[in-house]
Amino acid sequence: MKFKLTFWRVVFIVIMGLGLYSAFIRFFYGLGAVSNMTDQFPWGLWIGFDLLCGVMLAAGGFCIVGAVYLFNVERLHSVVRPAVLTAFLGYVLFIVGLLFDLGRPWYIWHQLIYMNPHSVMFEVGICVMSYTTVLFFEFLPNVLERFNLKTPIKWIKKIYAVLVVLGILLSTLHQSSLGSLYLIMPSKLHPFWYTPALPFLFFGSAIAVGLAMTIFESTQSAKAFGRHLELPVLVELGGALLVALWVNALLRFEDYFHRGMLGQIIKPSYEAYFLWLELTLAFVIPITMLSFKKVRLSPNGLYLASICTVLGFITNRLNVSLTGFETYAGHHYLPKWTEFSVTLMIIASGFALFGLAVKHLPIFPEERHPVKQRLRTETGPVVATAVLGHAGD
Amino acid sequence: MSKALLYDATMCIGCKQCEGACAQQNKLPYDDKVAAESVQSEHKYTVVLTKDDKFMRRLCMNCEHPACASVCPVGAMHKTKEGPVVYDVWKCIGCRYCMVACAFAQPKYEWHSLNPRVRKCIMCPDRVLAGKPTACAEICPTGATKFGERDDLIKEAQDRIRQNPSTYLPRIYGLNEAGGTSVFILSSMKVEEYGYPAPEKIGDTPIPEYTGRVMERIPDFIPVWTLVLGGIYWVSHRREEVAAVEETAAAQAKEKNGSAR
Repeated sequence: MKFKLTFWRVVFIVIMGLGLYSAFIRFFYGLGAVSNMTDQFPWGLWIGFDLLCGVMLAAGGFCIVGAVYLFNVERLHSVVRPAVLTAFLGYVLFIVGLLFDLGRPWYIWHQLIYMNPHSVMFEVGICVMSYTTVLFFEFLPNVLERFNLKTPIKWIKKIYAVLVVLGILLSTLHQSSLGSLYLIMPSKLHPFWYTPALPFLFFGSAIAVGLAMTIFESTQSAKAFGRHLELPVLVELGGALLVALWVNALLRFEDYFHRGMLGQIIKPSYEAYFLWLELTLAFVIPITMLSFKKVRLSPNGLYLASICTVLGFITNRLNVSLTGFETYAGHHYLPKWTEFSVTLMIIASGFALFGLAVKHLPIFPEERHPVKQRLRTETGPVVATAVLGHAGD
Repeated sequence: MSKALLYDATMCIGCKQCEGACAQQNKLPYDDKVAAESVQSEHKYTVVLTKDDKFMRRLCMNCEHPACASVCPVGAMHKTKEGPVVYDVWKCIGCRYCMVACAFAQPKYEWHSLNPRVRKCIMCPDRVLAGKPTACAEICPTGATKFGERDDLIKEAQDRIRQNPSTYLPRIYGLNEAGGTSVFILSSMKVEEYGYPAPEKIGDTPIPEYTGRVMERIPDFIPVWTLVLGGIYWVSHRREEVAAVEETAAAQAKEKNGSAR
């Protein structure tokens, strides 16, 4: 096979190059040299984006598996495999990202022996480890099919019900617990984002983003791999997304209403601008768009609404983890370029691995014709997404 | 019995000997340059601050219910029964949740180390265990920092306020804050002027309770949610099975009728 240098391949190589340079700085000069984190801002982009957003973006796995296997919605069957693949890659890469952020990553296994059941972080850690294992088994049939190994597939099919229930249980726990992480700091986090409802809000947003990401990646794969688009599936997901967004919006409204914050959130302030940005992207635009039947039935409309939703909730989580701390810390935090480049490298590897998996494994088994344009659009939208995602901080 | 420190800002002369003694005790560098630094850092666990000719010491409060210990995924921090909140570096994975969780912003980090540690005042646990006062209390020439039994120090602080109500603000900072601490502060100026979080901001609730309320539900949540999920799975697949059986039955019946005709 001849290697052709296309635009996106060059971008990919540049991202990987800069990322590896930053990795070198991280592991040979320390966290202080690679990041703008300080004693006032101990958690930066790598927790705010890689952990909080990464786990949310990979939520499509449990949403779709739940819909298809738990509620038996057969119509969505064709998106199970890409959703599980995205989730599996997402969690593996998120663990890789965590190794950058932890000060002593070589002791990460301490989680398994020095357990502290009072710690939310411990619970998240254990759930993520277990869920990644579950995802591995949910993903494994793809590889086994590729090599025509029928017996182990049979075994996995036998335990599939257990995998499904376990996967959703673990996801419920850690998706909501990511919100619980922030419950410990009532005096530090800005009241726009500190609420006892954080675990519910995080779980709700994971479902909305899980659905939106599935629409996004189906459309994106169709564009990138020349597959035909299964519009009925997307329309179904679009309808579910609209419901999920309404539920989320109501939860947010209820929360602000009960805490008597409605008067404060409409007053202009530094935090309010970020809150408005978040609410506009996550709720106003996508709910308005999806309320039109015309948009709900158009691939482009669904695509744009889902991108908007994803960006909105990314802004939300960056607000919880970064914007909400700036007043307390007394200074702004803007990630150093090396922090961005590590995050970009992780996202770019995710897209590349997704492309490789689609090429070599039966992820879209209904179509077996050889895929020609491979790396073309893989990294493109990522850059756009990442850049836009960080525009808010 | 649990020990504590009482710091009386009105008795402090700002000599900074506590800073030096602390550095010596914890084997940290201390010279004029470090002495001039007015922030706590990974090499300065305690600092004497000056404002309007009045002094204030900052150090880890060694909380009765420490948030840092409750959030640590590997239990690297714990409250000893003698009072100090100590740190087992060999357990630490470096997640820095303790730093984020601490309402008093005490844990500091060795950002430029390749094997970084969390650093904070640990209230000289070895000395306390040996029955000696902390290094800062031992060296204090005026008795502004006093070491003793927690209960005795509370009584003493209350007496001082009662005897000199014009000198002190009528509150012992640390008595109830965040559920109580092992460091008490008496002062004529508000502690928040020196960067301490305001008492009304922190509240009297032990910080670990904020996550504890959620965490304690999890053991009940797991079996209930598993049953619900399993139930949904069973119902939705049972329906499918029944439909399949009915379909074949109908087909067979049709076939029978056909052959009978």
